[in-house]
Amino acid sequence: MKNFLLLSLLLINVAPTFAETAYVSNEKDDTISIIDLDKLEVVETIEVGMRPRGIIFNKDYSHLYICASESDAVQVLEVASNRIIHNLPSGEDPEQFALHKNDRHLYIANEDDAIVTVVDTKLRTVLAQIDVGVEPEGMAISPDGKWAINTTETTNMLHWIDTSSFQLVDNTLVDQRPRHVEFTRDGKQLWASSEIGGTVTVVDVESRNILNTIRFQVKGVHKDRVQPVGIKLTDDGKYAFVALGPSNHVAVVDAQSFEVLDYLLVGRRVWQLAFAKDQSLLLTTNGVSGDVSVIDVNKLDVIKTIRVGRYPWGIAVKP
Amino acid sequence: MIKYWYCFNGIIKREMLRFLQQKARLVSAIVRPLLWLVVFAAGFRAALGIAIIPPYQTYITYDVYIVPGLAGIILLFNGLQSSLSMVYDREMGSMKVLLTSPMPRPFLLICKLLAGACISIIQVYVFFAIAWLLGIKMTLMGYLLAFPALLLTALMLGALGLFLSSRIKQLENFAGVMNFVVFPMFFLSSALYPLWKMRESNEVLYWISQYNPFTHGVELIRFALYETANVNAMTITLVTAIVLSSLAIWGYDPKRSMQKGRTKI
Repeated sequence: MKNFLLLSLLLINVAPTFAETAYVSNEKDDTISIIDLDKLEVVETIEVGMRPRGIIFNKDYSHLYICASESDAVQVLEVASNRIIHNLPSGEDPEQFALHKNDRHLYIANEDDAIVTVVDTKLRTVLAQIDVGVEPEGMAISPDGKWAINTTETTNMLHWIDTSSFQLVDNTLVDQRPRHVEFTRDGKQLWASSEIGGTVTVVDVESRNILNTIRFQVKGVHKDRVQPVGIKLTDDGKYAFVALGPSNHVAVVDAQSFEVLDYLLVGRRVWQLAFAKDQSLLLTTNGVSGDVSVIDVNKLDVIKTIRVGRYPWGIAVKP
Repeated sequence: MIKYWYCFNGIIKREMLRFLQQKARLVSAIVRPLLWLVVFAAGFRAALGIAIIPPYQTYITYDVYIVPGLAGIILLFNGLQSSLSMVYDREMGSMKVLLTSPMPRPFLLICKLLAGACISIIQVYVFFAIAWLLGIKMTLMGYLLAFPALLLTALMLGALGLFLSSRIKQLENFAGVMNFVVFPMFFLSSALYPLWKMRESNEVLYWISQYNPFTHGVELIRFALYETANVNAMTITLVTAIVLSSLAIWGYDPKRSMQKGRTKI
């Protein structure tokens, strides 16, 4: 018994602790910063391809896909070794993407070519290229895997792509310059941000009708600087967080009543968002100030801002 | 020992009663920083800049920045006002009651300083409560840790006032103190703007502000409110408080005064 206790104590002491980490793409440094979410500090910086923007993990977090926009490639980073192991054919200037629930099909928005490229990540082949509007940007896949949604900045539309046929089947007109789309956990609503329009449009997925258009007004900030981009919705359906770009604030929205509850001050030109720690923390990439702000979701309070590289853009969290 | 306690208690009670009778004093002490917080800070909300400086962990608005500075301003004005009362007392002769006590003169003066500090701190916490209602909130621990920082800063500023009052013969001269001591101390400090911001425009003013003990008192309060120790600020505030208290005791030394024949006590 005594030996067992000693062994247990020894194991407790030597067992490595794996902290949750956030990966942040730095657009101007061509790097990825890794933040330890226990210490809330950068623990490693990895060099990657040119102008990394959108980043996403595969299902088991063994690989990180990186849109290296100016390398015209989606790079695959092996998380265990933090090395780029190969590139995927992505089409030109990949900016954002979404991974299908089958963990294989990557839907990539090619901004310069007005297409969405579907890539099989296992076979490393292009499965389809779908014509969409001008300047495709945001991508999201519905939780049931049925829909891939793409936003086009100049056409001001949400494009509904049937993932079984890779066909564009419908379009929804929203406010100017839609940048980002996000499904609710139950897949019943689609939230889309419009950067120049300064709004977030909530769409009913079944009918594809617009349910609500949310507007923002930050005290002391000119309305032209209120430019919604990243959106994150809590799984409990309570809050939606909207990054408001150069207004340097994140809006907290009641996801049921669509009422704006608060505006939280973060760094300059807040761009993308990601949840961490069972959604108790929300991380924001602040492009111009080169840092990541950490929001306590329960207290709705910004608790820390962490310096990363130049122009942080995308963010993904590994548990 | 009990006679010291009676004496201390008497001085505290006297100052407290005097303070409670002067309701306008409390109102004006609170209105002044509130004007800065509500009116001035509203105009300068976005003017602070983008650097994150300790003890802050993230970006803050201007109104959040100036709360510790405004607490310092309450202490500064009150410390000097307390010494104004010494000049008044001396002119009216009621100071005899205090200073002719058989207790040691340094003890009497330190009691007077502590009494003034207590009144100042009450005003600061009333101000913190109003700021809290306006949405500028610290943690409970922050408010508790601020107490020793406020006490030390209040003693330092009270000692400054006491020393100055020992050098002033008449009440009229006090206006000069306000113009040449209070306002420069207030504006040449980190109370209203971070010093890095001042350095951008004027290096000389930055260094003057850096050597201003009031800056260190304000920083001590600021760090304490955010549950962080600022050893540098604490050391400078403590040493300045000791030096100024010694000067005040020296200034009120009856032997010195009698030799010079410049006081009526």
